[in-house]
Amino acid sequence: MAITRVARVGAIAAISALALTACSTAAPEGPAAGGDCAPSDGPVTLTFTSWLPGVEEAVAIWNEENPDIQVEVQTGPNGNGGTYQNFFNQLAAGNAPDLGQIEFDAMPNFRVQDGLENIAACEGILEAEELFVPWTWSQVTFGEENAVYAIPQDTGPMAMFYRADLFEENGIAVPTTWEEYEAAAAQIRELGGYINNFSQSDINAFAGLVWQTGGQWFSNDADGWSVNLTGPETTQVAEYWQGLIDNDLVAVYPPWTDEWNAAYNSSEIWTWVSAVWGANTIASGAPDTAGNWAVAPMPQWEAGASAAGNWGGSTTAVLKGSDHPYEAAQFALWLNTDADALTAMNRTANIYPATIEGGSLPAFGEGLEFYGGQNIYEVFAEAGNNVDPNFTWGPTMTQVYNDVADGFSAAVSGNGTLLDALTAGQASTIAALKAASIPVKE
Amino acid sequence: MTVTTETRALRTQGARVKPSRDGGIRESAISRAVAMAVMIVATLYFLTPLWWLFVASTKTRQEFTTTNPLWFSDFALFDNIAALIQYRDGVFLQWLANSALYAGVGAALATLIAAMAGYAIAKYSFRGRETFFNVILGGVLVPATALALPLFLLFSQAGATNTIWAVLLPSLVSAFGVYLSRIYAAASVPDEIIEAARIDGAGEVRTFFTVATRLMAPALVTIFLFQFVAIWNNFFLPLIMLRDEGLFPVTLGLYVWNTQVSQIPDIRALVVIGSLLSIIPLIVTFLALQRFWQSGLANGGLK
Repeated sequence: MAITRVARVGAIAAISALALTACSTAAPEGPAAGGDCAPSDGPVTLTFTSWLPGVEEAVAIWNEENPDIQVEVQTGPNGNGGTYQNFFNQLAAGNAPDLGQIEFDAMPNFRVQDGLENIAACEGILEAEELFVPWTWSQVTFGEENAVYAIPQDTGPMAMFYRADLFEENGIAVPTTWEEYEAAAAQIRELGGYINNFSQSDINAFAGLVWQTGGQWFSNDADGWSVNLTGPETTQVAEYWQGLIDNDLVAVYPPWTDEWNAAYNSSEIWTWVSAVWGANTIASGAPDTAGNWAVAPMPQWEAGASAAGNWGGSTTAVLKGSDHPYEAAQFALWLNTDADALTAMNRTANIYPATIEGGSLPAFGEGLEFYGGQNIYEVFAEAGNNVDPNFTWGPTMTQVYNDVADGFSAAVSGNGTLLDALTAGQASTIAALKAASIPVKE
Repeated sequence: MTVTTETRALRTQGARVKPSRDGGIRESAISRAVAMAVMIVATLYFLTPLWWLFVASTKTRQEFTTTNPLWFSDFALFDNIAALIQYRDGVFLQWLANSALYAGVGAALATLIAAMAGYAIAKYSFRGRETFFNVILGGVLVPATALALPLFLLFSQAGATNTIWAVLLPSLVSAFGVYLSRIYAAASVPDEIIEAARIDGAGEVRTFFTVATRLMAPALVTIFLFQFVAIWNNFFLPLIMLRDEGLFPVTLGLYVWNTQVSQIPDIRALVVIGSLLSIIPLIVTFLALQRFWQSGLANGGLK
């Protein structure tokens, strides 16, 4: 209910912004939220925009089986790279695709701007809840009654990639708690290495660490949104990593660069706390270390606990104004639950499915040579079950990421601290929400 | 007045330098050395990224991260090109062809339109000529990026987004080209020649195509080059307009791949080799037309 009000305000803001900048546009039409969802008469063609490499292969399977519901794949850069902005432009112009790929952290943005079709009334959608890892479902319903705004596609449960050989050779125990992790970091530093690299630009990875700790950056009720980038859990995580940075126990290479890859490839850095899809990143960036890696659960704040964070993951959403929400919903559900489709997407794009069954696809059943034969997906499947389902993303995550990343980059070069960056991000986020006419509590 | 003062200034300068010949030569040697040093630094500054790109393109994926980024290790350039061309059924070649279409056809038509407009403004007097010209000149000040979103909304109304026209039509306009054509036509196409052509019985259109365009050729080549490069490098408009991979120009295609690196790390090598191949047409066009352009400028100087 709260969301409806927020949505209305957001929609008005979006429409008035459009009226200022452009020609008149008819309001997008479509079934009322939670209303009917009836099949269309006759054959339909759906458009589906996704930046998943090779998603055409999975779609081809559907097109063969469903001659009356043909899906056309359109593509573009990843969401924050331009496709989200394109979606908003297209929603404003009334020519958005029927289906679009939207990451979990961007869902509230689309919901607030009224860009999503509620497909809860479509056949089989509400019942599909039991197929998915629980936390993913709460991300697509926003906790609303009788509402489903997208079908979860893939997830990024987090664990710790580590150099099994180096830990063993040097007699250092593989850390299971963050306290042990810090102690190991000091030992590794004495040997000339670093235990990890603190990423100054992957704020969503930092969010994954906060998520594991039980923190919440955003919440939303009848009175509007609350922003809390400096809560006790976030502060705890920020101060922990600040300590590692101050004591030169972690490297601070800019992530995803050649020097970053080289640091892993040359065995300078020993671990990476990252998501399941990171498995390919290491294998590709550090080819000389093949066979020496292994995966263990994330270090814990309390010994014996098993909390995990998540970094990344997408949904397939039916965008507002689709003429065929029923067919679009059926396709979205099939794409993200069918074993053949998931296998195809895993092969072409390395996705890790959001379904409970997905973890037991044949693709995940074998040990990997790069990881010394370990079946690393068992660790990630377990981590996926231990992700807190109540984490809520805010409606302006692109802005949050950019602002906090600016502060984090300054912090790693010694200007201010991570907590300073989050404090500044807190203020700029509240300002951004206000600027977008989204009700916010201070 | 200004001319005379300038000449006098030059003359006095020359007079001052000439007597002390030794000092003059040393001075010019030093200044020449400084100029050379500045140019060498500038050349290095511009060529180092290209060198890096070329060296990186010749490496296999393993060598790419592990060896000196500015020197060769193994030479796998042709394997890389083959991999690039095979990836996704040769979609990269399609992108190159699209870029060539958008930039080639777009720049040719834009040059024609700009030449006609500039010639007309320079050689015909009609009411509102200056207003007309000033409005076009104002267009030079509006960055293309700022126009992309309004263009998207306009094309949406016409149902023409995600088509070739969405990229091609906006590329046909070059405010700078109109400006340059006018200036150049005013200076290099004498009214007497147009009169003579008219007396010989040529119509206005024929006069323009057979007489004026030849005299304006150096300016037209410049406009073509500028517009070709601008369209080839235009990224934002296709990003907003196009959703069908088969319509992408090469800039957008490579950008899309680059955003997929976290999902498919191997694609990074293809982005690098693709970037190298995508600048070759620009270099070729520039070198091929540069001769033309320079000789035109030199001829212009003789008159």
